[in-house]
Amino acid sequence: MSLSFNILPIVQKEFRQIRRDVRGLLLLLLMPAFLLIMVGYALNFDVKHISLGICNEDKSQASTRFIESFKHSEYFNISKYIDNRRDIDELLEEGKILAAIIIPNDFSDKIYSGREGVVQIIIDGANANTAATALGHIKSAVQNYSTKILTHELTKQGIIFTIPVNPQARLWYNPELKSSRFLIPGLFGMILMLVAVVSTSLSIVREKEQGTMEQIMVSPLKSHEIIIGKTIPYLLISLIATTFVLIMSAVMFDVKIEGSIFLFYLATILFLLGALGQGLLISTFAKTQSVAFIVSVLSSLLPTFLLSGFIFPVKNMPWLLQVITHIIPAKYYLVAVRSVMVKGVEITAFWEQLVFLLIFCSLILGISTARMHKDISR
Amino acid sequence: METNFTSDTQSAIRVTNLSKHFDDFVAADDINFEVSAGEIFGFLGPNGAGKSTTIKMLCGLIKPTTGYAFVGGYNVEQKPEKVKEIIGYMSQKFSLYEDLSVEENINFFGGVYGLRDQHLIERKKWILKMAELMGREKTLTRDLAGGWKQRLAIGCAILHKPKIVFLDEPTAGVDPISRRNFWDLIYSLAEDGITIFVTTHYLDEAEHCHRIGLIMNGKIKAIGSPTLLKNNLRAFEIYEVHCNQPIEAMELLTQQSWVKETSMFGMAIHISTSSGIERRQTIKQTLESSGIQINRIDLITPSLEDVFIHYTTESVGSG
Repeated sequence: MSLSFNILPIVQKEFRQIRRDVRGLLLLLLMPAFLLIMVGYALNFDVKHISLGICNEDKSQASTRFIESFKHSEYFNISKYIDNRRDIDELLEEGKILAAIIIPNDFSDKIYSGREGVVQIIIDGANANTAATALGHIKSAVQNYSTKILTHELTKQGIIFTIPVNPQARLWYNPELKSSRFLIPGLFGMILMLVAVVSTSLSIVREKEQGTMEQIMVSPLKSHEIIIGKTIPYLLISLIATTFVLIMSAVMFDVKIEGSIFLFYLATILFLLGALGQGLLISTFAKTQSVAFIVSVLSSLLPTFLLSGFIFPVKNMPWLLQVITHIIPAKYYLVAVRSVMVKGVEITAFWEQLVFLLIFCSLILGISTARMHKDISR
Repeated sequence: METNFTSDTQSAIRVTNLSKHFDDFVAADDINFEVSAGEIFGFLGPNGAGKSTTIKMLCGLIKPTTGYAFVGGYNVEQKPEKVKEIIGYMSQKFSLYEDLSVEENINFFGGVYGLRDQHLIERKKWILKMAELMGREKTLTRDLAGGWKQRLAIGCAILHKPKIVFLDEPTAGVDPISRRNFWDLIYSLAEDGITIFVTTHYLDEAEHCHRIGLIMNGKIKAIGSPTLLKNNLRAFEIYEVHCNQPIEAMELLTQQSWVKETSMFGMAIHISTSSGIERRQTIKQTLESSGIQINRIDLITPSLEDVFIHYTTESVGSG
């Protein structure tokens, strides 16, 4: 008897059951897109519109011009002019401003007398990332202002002056430096993994609870036939969900596939097969649906979120964690999808990732087949 | 050596020194028995006695710790794929897909056993008729009442015309009429030469079996036809006593040295004594001296319940 002949009844039955459970099906299909929108908006590392408080004690033409340089920039919002520098404390505490700039009353005097004018910057450092980025933006604004004064003064004295080194930076792949471009491929990995692992593990543990698994196990079907029959429907549904997520990311975040759609789906299929295998493996241990659910969520979310390089770069991790990241399939998927979606490069640039994904999914599907073969006794 | 044991054409089921340990717990303890083709063999025992564990070992669902089982002439551990083709199994839970319709369940199990086209259509017709589900093909299984669900489950288990059928507590939660219909079906299957292995804790059902194995605490206590098991108790004489204070009477009688066992049967007491001596007068005197009024004392032939209780109390006494 041929293989396809044997798995057909399972595939058919699985589709019937999925179709009959409309709520579950909608959840499977739409949840990923919903999660993408939610997390996509919530996870935004772009530091723009920094709310500034400015305490101008100098009140001179020079200080006014200095303040001008913070207006008309998308990085800053001057939300408060502060009269008394003692008020800064309160404003920072209440979170009304992220940073305050104090221009002392000797600011213009010092500049015009050829000494160093000093401005004081106070930043809310509670969020270290944001604070560092904000500081960078403020510093470069101050730098620009200084350069302008310098050239102006020198020109007045008849000296033609050009700045010795002028960096000309071009940002490739993500010219606007939008964090969504960087984050969305990671979100893909996290969301698809979650949905695939949870749905497969629940579908098998449900059968164990109902006793129908036993009924299948006494039939002449082989373990691998059961597993293939169970995997195909969930793979297809996950792929449809992937397509929804893809459309959403293009519509909502303007993140599209720059490279080959075929390569994107190839990487996704390999990644999903691994995730389905993980779900199957969990179902061979878990005895109840609630246990299966918790283990599935934890085992798919945590490693994908923390150890895949989704948010935290692998290179900055302690070596032990770096070693562990090698067995996290999302790490390879992430690199592959970032390559295809953001960079639009060819397969030659990331084929190793696909090989790793292939190894992972064959390994985990193999292990779950072997485990399913063993006792299913209660 | 093992290869000598890979096939056995003598009996439908042959079990040798079969044991199953779950950590410290011994679910099945050195079980030995044989079932011949076409026989209805009942596995009788209280809950947790090891009935399901044994049936699962015979179906290849769990591996025995020691010993081996031949089903349909094949060693279950060595040729599970051969065994699976010739057996049908129905678990305690009537494992059907509740969210599939009657027909979809039949199609699925038919497909799993490789039934196609005309063959499947024929068997489907047969099952719908047997289970009295004609015209309800599209009903979702979860909407069926217990008796129908049970018959559909059996139908799905014997869809592929297995030679040996394992039924694990097939009548649990089923009404008396459905139980009667069920046993009619079992008899007709046995007439067709199909071997039936059925577990139960209902004594009246055990009476329907050709032979019974009595299992307690994982051990087989007695094996044989219901009549044989009852005759084995002939070493005892059993009296049924009706009186006005049965509980007090039972306590009193249990203390007597010539009384082997006492048990309550509704409002009556059964007292077993060693055979050969007429005890009616002694019973009467013992009870009346304590002011208990006796309505009737009869010498009775033991029922399966007496057999069951005899072995239960024996195993409690020894354990």
